[in-house]
Amino acid sequence: MHGDEACAEGAIAAGCRFFGGYPITPSTEIAERFAQRMPELGGVFIQMEDELGSIAAVLGASAAGARAMTATSGPGLSLMLENLGLGVMLELPCVIVDIQRGSPSTGLPTMAGQSDVMQARWGSHGDYSIIAYAPWSPQEVFDLTVLCFNMADRYRTPVLLLGDEVIGHMVERVVIPPVEEIPHWERKHPGVPPPATGVYRSFEPDPEDLIPPLPHAGEGYRVHFTGLTHDERGYPDMSADTHHALVTRLNAKIQSHAEEIIRLEEYFMDDARLVVVSFGCTARSARRAVREARAQGIPVGLLRLVSLWPFPEAVVRELGQRMDAFIVAEMNLGQVRLEVERCIGRPAWGVHHAGGEMIHPEKILTAIIAAAKNVGAPGSRKASSAGGVQISG
Amino acid sequence: MTQATVVDTHPLDTILRADRMPHIFCPGCSIGIVMRCYAQAVLESGIPLQQHVVVSGIGCTGRVAGYMDLDSYHTTHGRAIPFATGMKLANPNLMVTVFSGDGDLSAIGGNHLIHAARRNVDVKVICVNNFNYGMTGGQCGPTTPLGAVATTAPYGNPEQPFNLPYLLAAAGAGYVSRWTSLHVRQLKQDILHSFVRPGFAFIEVLSACPVGFGKSNNIPDGLEEMQLYRERCVLARGVPLENLSIDLRENRPIYVGNFIDRDLPAYKPVTRVG
Amino acid sequence: MYKEIRLSGFGGQGIGLAGVLLGRAAALHGGLEAVMTQAYGPEARGGASSANLIIGDEPVDYPFVQQPDILVAMSQEAYAKFRPTAKATAQVLIDGDLVTPFPEDVVCAIPATRLAEGLGRRIVANVIMLGFFTRQTGFLSREAVEQSLTESLRSKLVPLNLKAFAAGYEYVG
Repeated sequence: MHGDEACAEGAIAAGCRFFGGYPITPSTEIAERFAQRMPELGGVFIQMEDELGSIAAVLGASAAGARAMTATSGPGLSLMLENLGLGVMLELPCVIVDIQRGSPSTGLPTMAGQSDVMQARWGSHGDYSIIAYAPWSPQEVFDLTVLCFNMADRYRTPVLLLGDEVIGHMVERVVIPPVEEIPHWERKHPGVPPPATGVYRSFEPDPEDLIPPLPHAGEGYRVHFTGLTHDERGYPDMSADTHHALVTRLNAKIQSHAEEIIRLEEYFMDDARLVVVSFGCTARSARRAVREARAQGIPVGLLRLVSLWPFPEAVVRELGQRMDAFIVAEMNLGQVRLEVERCIGRPAWGVHHAGGEMIHPEKILTAIIAAAKNVGAPGSRKASSAGGVQISG
Repeated sequence: MTQATVVDTHPLDTILRADRMPHIFCPGCSIGIVMRCYAQAVLESGIPLQQHVVVSGIGCTGRVAGYMDLDSYHTTHGRAIPFATGMKLANPNLMVTVFSGDGDLSAIGGNHLIHAARRNVDVKVICVNNFNYGMTGGQCGPTTPLGAVATTAPYGNPEQPFNLPYLLAAAGAGYVSRWTSLHVRQLKQDILHSFVRPGFAFIEVLSACPVGFGKSNNIPDGLEEMQLYRERCVLARGVPLENLSIDLRENRPIYVGNFIDRDLPAYKPVTRVG
Repeated sequence: MYKEIRLSGFGGQGIGLAGVLLGRAAALHGGLEAVMTQAYGPEARGGASSANLIIGDEPVDYPFVQQPDILVAMSQEAYAKFRPTAKATAQVLIDGDLVTPFPEDVVCAIPATRLAEGLGRRIVANVIMLGFFTRQTGFLSREAVEQSLTESLRSKLVPLNLKAFAAGYEYVG
């Protein structure tokens, strides 16, 4: 099964019964799979007129109680960003899949990229936090799509799956567990019936976790949801204090649960002195490079970012204390490296390629060898920004 | 001499969010009237209130969602229709009404409008057309008549406006009407009728915006615009749709009525059994 | 074991399907790891088409075929285009009626298309080639590939395809 199909199957296994989307390479196979499968399952597949409509329909479906998703690629994600912000503000769970291609603009529609990392994090206007995962195999596309739905419902927020063309179109074995083994976290629902008088407070956070239970349309709660700054009733409230409190909570409900959200994998890290940081398809090349470097006796490990956002600051910071060098490998010009360097407070080696083809393990190996040689050399911890640091894929 | 009577209740108390009053609408604005027609229709519809949902976009009319004591969603600019579409498809028991303005629905949301009409998705669209962007202070939009003055058209609007019923008909809508905020009974009846007939419905309501549009175009008073509606509105019978364009400043008939009411299958997601 | 494999031919020969059948046989019934990639998009349509697999006994990291250990060519154009990309020592399987190999090249040939016509359906040439491939390369059991065929194809197509597979597997040049 290829990654795009695995995505649709993962969503279906997670109970997603609403897909609204607009075809775009290299994510189209996800929509096609939904078009095939939803009618058999009594779910909804609708091909919308554009990505603006797709994300709006997904939010509407979510507000009506459905597990809902859309799938797109960079240009489509750009169009969805305003309503991604609406999803954040209305706290409507949904899953947005971005199968990244070479960008910016139309870029390389049929070829891979990993350059939507920062767009995923900061794309919509305003301060907000987002959850994003980056699978490295069709199997993980399946598993993480399930996780995305669970995280979306758990934290009442849109969640992004940042795949890439390599993973989306690669065919590999995918094991689909029986339904009862698929984890399913329920959306938190008001435990009380609608009030006879007055308003149900759809945005009153549970003090435990800052997440308000979500009443759906048609249940009698007479909710009001608005993208305007609102009070706990959902009513518009144009005050700076309300605004600050709301935006702070929207961020805190994600950031304060970062440890539960973050997923990382470590390879060969036990005695490592150097670490490669990578994600998505590039992490496959990174693992091979690390293996080959180990065979040459270089004490290098791999930290694979299964989740990209929230960024695993604590882990990277801690590694920064004890690793001699960091090598970040990614199919963009340094988006994750920027985060790594922010956390470790010094330059990292970068293996970057703007996209179009996967970074070959050789390129990463070269960087590992160069970094290893530099360890202990004068100035190794502050490699110059001009030379040596960046190795173009 | 008559004396003012103060009453404790209002007939629409059960359906308006009294705790959100007063509303933001300016003196002479028609939106409240149109909202009242919708509220009355909801009450008379016989459909349980909890099945009614109102979705709006951005703009003065978009604020209506916030005043209805129903499940109500105030979304982003232009996206009320696709939001409503997702909602209706996810829960077909809902009666979903999109209540928004001409700029929201036909400019920034224009693509969704024509596609919802083409698809015949079962949402009811009430479009308050006041010929300008009112909330932001009277900019011209796709319904502003050619030559009319607006803050972004200080020398007169150089563009042809949409004739919305004609546009919707061309897009394949099964139900298209136009009324004005003077035609409260007809409007309420029309909304009620749209609730019982499946599929997409588009109801345009010509409305006064004395502050945003009227004052720069010689209709400075809301009441004056109502007078104008009374004098010029003609129930359209057999008038070709292309003749339905409006220019309040010209002394010619304003055609109102239900123009299209045809049985088309409402959009349903594909299902396959077995 | 680690094998890079490129199956190639012209559009319409079912090269992609052959790749899927082979990958499934390896990953689901052969106890091996397999990855398949294909070229996408308008540039990839028409002309020589290919399916690329890496099959090994350990998880495959880098998924793209770079220098095939095994090349299957079912058209002259595909052979001419892809033979130079394969290792000099690669095992090369061709449809002998459709491909004239370079003089110095050592190849294994089967008239897959002609045999398919003999079975009444030219379209199964790919599965005949798959049978031949299974026998010649030897890293997958006949049963594994037959199982892959049986569960991947619509049931009414299975008997013909099993017959085609057998024809390729049992072909003696």
